Amino acid sequence: MALEAQAPALELAPHIYAVGREKIREYARAVGETNPLHLDLDAARAAGHPDLVAPPMFAVVYCGAAIEAALFHPELSIDFEMLLHSGQEFEWGPLVVAGDEIATSVTLAEVSERIGMTFYVFESSSRNQRGELVCSGRWTEVVRPRQ
Amino acid sequence: MSGRLQPGDELPALAVTPDRYASARYAGACGDFNPIHIDDEFARAVGLPGRILHGLYTMALLARAQTEALGGPGHLKRLAVQFRGVALPEHEIVIESVVKEVDGLRIVVSANARQQDKAVIRGASVELEA
Repeated sequence: MALEAQAPALELAPHIYAVGREKIREYARAVGETNPLHLDLDAARAAGHPDLVAPPMFAVVYCGAAIEAALFHPELSIDFEMLLHSGQEFEWGPLVVAGDEIATSVTLAEVSERIGMTFYVFESSSRNQRGELVCSGRWTEVVRPRQ
Repeated sequence: MSGRLQPGDELPALAVTPDRYASARYAGACGDFNPIHIDDEFARAVGLPGRILHGLYTMALLARAQTEALGGPGHLKRLAVQFRGVALPEHEIVIESVVKEVDGLRIVVSANARQQDKAVIRGASVELEA
């Protein structure tokens, strides 16, 4: 049975990530993307985009600093060696392209304990420079007990 | 192909064998340098068989299987996964996806990622827009 603990309201400032063309290429190659929208500027422009298009899972990159700040928040004092990423959910809006500036805010939505493990659910919301919601994320992290 | 999709249809499977350095490249690309992903010795010391792939890397393969099937990144609207097991470099990962529901342009898919007959991601919930 899950024990719901009150999720502390962490004070977290939004992080702004400037999306770079070469970072999109680096990420796309690391996950094996071959779609020219992610790699070939002429192809992206020919398809009507102002610059290279980020793959949807590039959300991990522009959310990274904001999520890290939440995980490392001193109020949580998470035992990192026992931390596992247990679940991930993303919902996407308009595509992100190189040149965008993405502001990501993170909140701690839930804390619960089950069989000695502590589950943390963080929610992220990422908006571009026009204020459009480009990605909402739900990040479930679990801290296992030390034996 | 999306216009013809029906519940029960399978999207093309994606099979990828990440090379020896895949997790190091992914660490550089995403900024997660947790040593369990890049250092065999450290990984073994904490009870893993060796360095493991990032869960979000496997999720990115699962996402790529969907966007390649539909024809581009704009078709993927939502993806929810639970990480069920660890994946290792130099062993094939297979992504399989089945259409569950079609409602106008909205397509709901259930997808799995497996490696050597073990689920890494099982029952991922995907929403696509044709």
